[in-house]
Amino acid sequence: MRIIFEKRNTISKKAILLVPVFSFIVSLFLIGILLLIFKTNPFLTYASMYVGAFGTWMNFTETLVKAIPLMLTGIGVGLAFRLRFWNIGAEGQLVFGGVIATWVALFWSPFIPAWMVLPLAIIAGMIAGALWAGIPAVLKVSLNVDETLVSLMLNYVAIMIAQGLYYGPWRDPDGFGFPGTKLFPQIAWLPRFSGRAHYGLLFAVLIALIMWVILNRTKWGFELKMIGRNPRAASVMGVRIGSNIIIALLVSGAISGMAGVFEVTAISHRLQQGLSMGYGYTAIIVAWMAQLNPIASLFVAILMAGLLVGGDQVQMMMGLPAAMGLVLQGMILFPMLAGSLFTDFKLKVISNKEEAGV
Amino acid sequence: MEEKQAVPILEMKNITKQFPGVLANENVDLELFHGEVLALLGENGAGKSTLMNILSGLVRPDSGDIILNGKKVDISSPKDAMHLGIGMVHQNFKLVSTMTVAENVILGLDNEKFILDMKEVRKKISGISDHYNLKVDPDSYIWQMSVGEQQRVEILKLIYRGAEILILDEPTAVLTPQESNELNGIVKKMTAEGKSAIFITHKMDEVMEFSDWVRVLQKGKLVSVTRTGDTNPKELANLMVGRDILFRVEKKKSNPGKVILELDKVFALNTKGVDALKKVTFSIRAGEILGIAGVAGNGQRELTEVITGLHKITSGKLVVEGKEMTNKAPLDLIRAGVSHIPSDRVAMGVVGDMSVASNLAMKEYRRAPLTKYGILHPKRIFNMAKGMIELFMIATPSPLTNVKFLSGGNIQKTILAREIGACRGLLIAAYPARGLDVGATESVRKDIIAERDNGKAVLLVSEDLDELISVSDKIAVMSEGKVMGIVDAETADIESLGLMMAGVSLEQSGEKEV
Repeated sequence: MRIIFEKRNTISKKAILLVPVFSFIVSLFLIGILLLIFKTNPFLTYASMYVGAFGTWMNFTETLVKAIPLMLTGIGVGLAFRLRFWNIGAEGQLVFGGVIATWVALFWSPFIPAWMVLPLAIIAGMIAGALWAGIPAVLKVSLNVDETLVSLMLNYVAIMIAQGLYYGPWRDPDGFGFPGTKLFPQIAWLPRFSGRAHYGLLFAVLIALIMWVILNRTKWGFELKMIGRNPRAASVMGVRIGSNIIIALLVSGAISGMAGVFEVTAISHRLQQGLSMGYGYTAIIVAWMAQLNPIASLFVAILMAGLLVGGDQVQMMMGLPAAMGLVLQGMILFPMLAGSLFTDFKLKVISNKEEAGV
Repeated sequence: MEEKQAVPILEMKNITKQFPGVLANENVDLELFHGEVLALLGENGAGKSTLMNILSGLVRPDSGDIILNGKKVDISSPKDAMHLGIGMVHQNFKLVSTMTVAENVILGLDNEKFILDMKEVRKKISGISDHYNLKVDPDSYIWQMSVGEQQRVEILKLIYRGAEILILDEPTAVLTPQESNELNGIVKKMTAEGKSAIFITHKMDEVMEFSDWVRVLQKGKLVSVTRTGDTNPKELANLMVGRDILFRVEKKKSNPGKVILELDKVFALNTKGVDALKKVTFSIRAGEILGIAGVAGNGQRELTEVITGLHKITSGKLVVEGKEMTNKAPLDLIRAGVSHIPSDRVAMGVVGDMSVASNLAMKEYRRAPLTKYGILHPKRIFNMAKGMIELFMIATPSPLTNVKFLSGGNIQKTILAREIGACRGLLIAAYPARGLDVGATESVRKDIIAERDNGKAVLLVSEDLDELISVSDKIAVMSEGKVMGIVDAETADIESLGLMMAGVSLEQSGEKEV
């Protein structure tokens, strides 16, 4: 008897749903082995992770706090990935969005009506994120520069700019040397609805719905689909590839930029060290696990956020190394990538009997 | 003849394969004898490609046996097939376009050393090239090559890998008469050396010329097995479709109107930076079909692409319905009423991972009623698609099936339905019947002539001179990027067209210009 892969004749709808679920279970199993190596009981660990992330309403609000930026950046990079544009710069787009929102909150608020501060901060941050994603897009379209490298490098540029600002000119003079800006005026605070969970959640849900409609129900979404799946045919059909890639990337960056705005206006209320904890990278996992579907990204983001919060929890309770949380994240992507094979292929068991031709 | 009754080197027994909604093969038997050529005949979707994909390890049969040299074998991958000496040249070539010929040839071979000796590889390739008269430069990139050249690379690849049984899926569909003759020579040489070949073709004269045996498939079933010598083209055609076929298309006399397309001294470069079009000048009137004859790679691709806005004109003028359209974007030309049936239907004509319905809407989606205020109406697209599928008889399990699961002929019908639906002045058709079976070819040609009768101007690029003569009103012959002459299709004869294709201009060949 042996087992072979056989190409499916149609793409399996069932597999699209089952693969992420099974991959997640497989990764839990793999992580369990790792935990055993650290002489920790995996069941106990998972249980305390679950309690840490979803056990109480307060814990859940903390999970939401981390889920909101993951939702937004996940939707953002998912849009770019649909065009096979490998934007791995969501981190930089988020940070730059946060920086520009800070600029508005700190330096514009004395001069504009109070009600305008937040909307303006959000818009400015989105434009900033859009520009940050627009750079690799324009370079790719005009000079065919590899987008992966450019978008990755720009992450460091944005982080350095932020650091330069809160260590330098924007540093809080009364902050006792703490690396961060002054606290924003209250008019620039995005309201919270429970604990630290804020109304950015509504924006994330709204954007997911809008993106879904755009991708599935509009002329533009139809063109993006054509470009992503066969750019040559799309251009024969009269679709402008270059300008569409640039527009899509501006949108992608704007959504990630918005995540940065919320981080500074709703969570820290200032620009400070640790603005992003790698949300832009985790977003890549979110996007893939959600199969680039914006609505699915919402739920995957909550799951991944739960893992982050739960991971923090076990660090403290089980005395596991701090890097464990990141290891867990990475371990989730592998079965996912391997599992995507099953949407196009199926396993076929050939029995000895069949082989003998009986 | 007695020794031919000996044991076949290859036998396929009772092969059955079910695809969703289609029974592709039903208890099909096949025998191939040493040093012989077997022709496999059948309409689009008759199951020929599936049968050959089973043999080459791409598809697993639901039931049935494959017996090679008297031993039952299991072929579960193309690699298995290769090890057994079975190689296939697919309709859509499996070459990596950004790599060179030599790199493509050794790609996937596992007996190459860790450090590649490309010099040795090139030498071996040149050796095979010379031996079989397969002209290819080992250092050329695939994307720079014409379809005919790419096919030679595919054949060379198989010989390099030591294939004993060659499967050729509609090999002459992309070749000129001369190239077909060369291919015939190559196949003859290989069979003389003891190799065998299975040959899928639709051209009856080639069945007669190339093969020793013919097997005819109809709707997944084997309907006839004969020695080629014991049959004739008419009988085969009838067996294949189960009805009588018109070999000539009937058409009324053309009634040309105003000039729709004008090219004035158009020059264009190819991807290698060499002039691909040299001072091309002609015009097409409404209600007129201009055929473009020529050996592949003589500027036809660039010609269709400059007219559709996909390729840059370096000098000269392109005028569509009185408006200058030189170097306008593809969308502008679509808006000006130009439809395009591209030469490479899978790579340029459809998005394989989208549904038949979506593909049918890929021109009209921009306009009402399919789109209003930028919002698509999936229901309207679906209904429109259902109508088109019926009208053009596209065989698909559902309008929502992805196009990549359709057969080549049905993919072409999908493109044709879309382009004819969207056509408002000019139809550019590049090799529209390439690789299609007799029935589908007939319907494609009829559709094109119907468009002419509707008052459209048609540019028909083809390598099939019979097709050009029977479908077009005028024929322009291209050679090395130049138009050698334009002749009336009714009075044109194959010899003088052939001379022009070889680069002898019209004045020299002595035919009267129209």
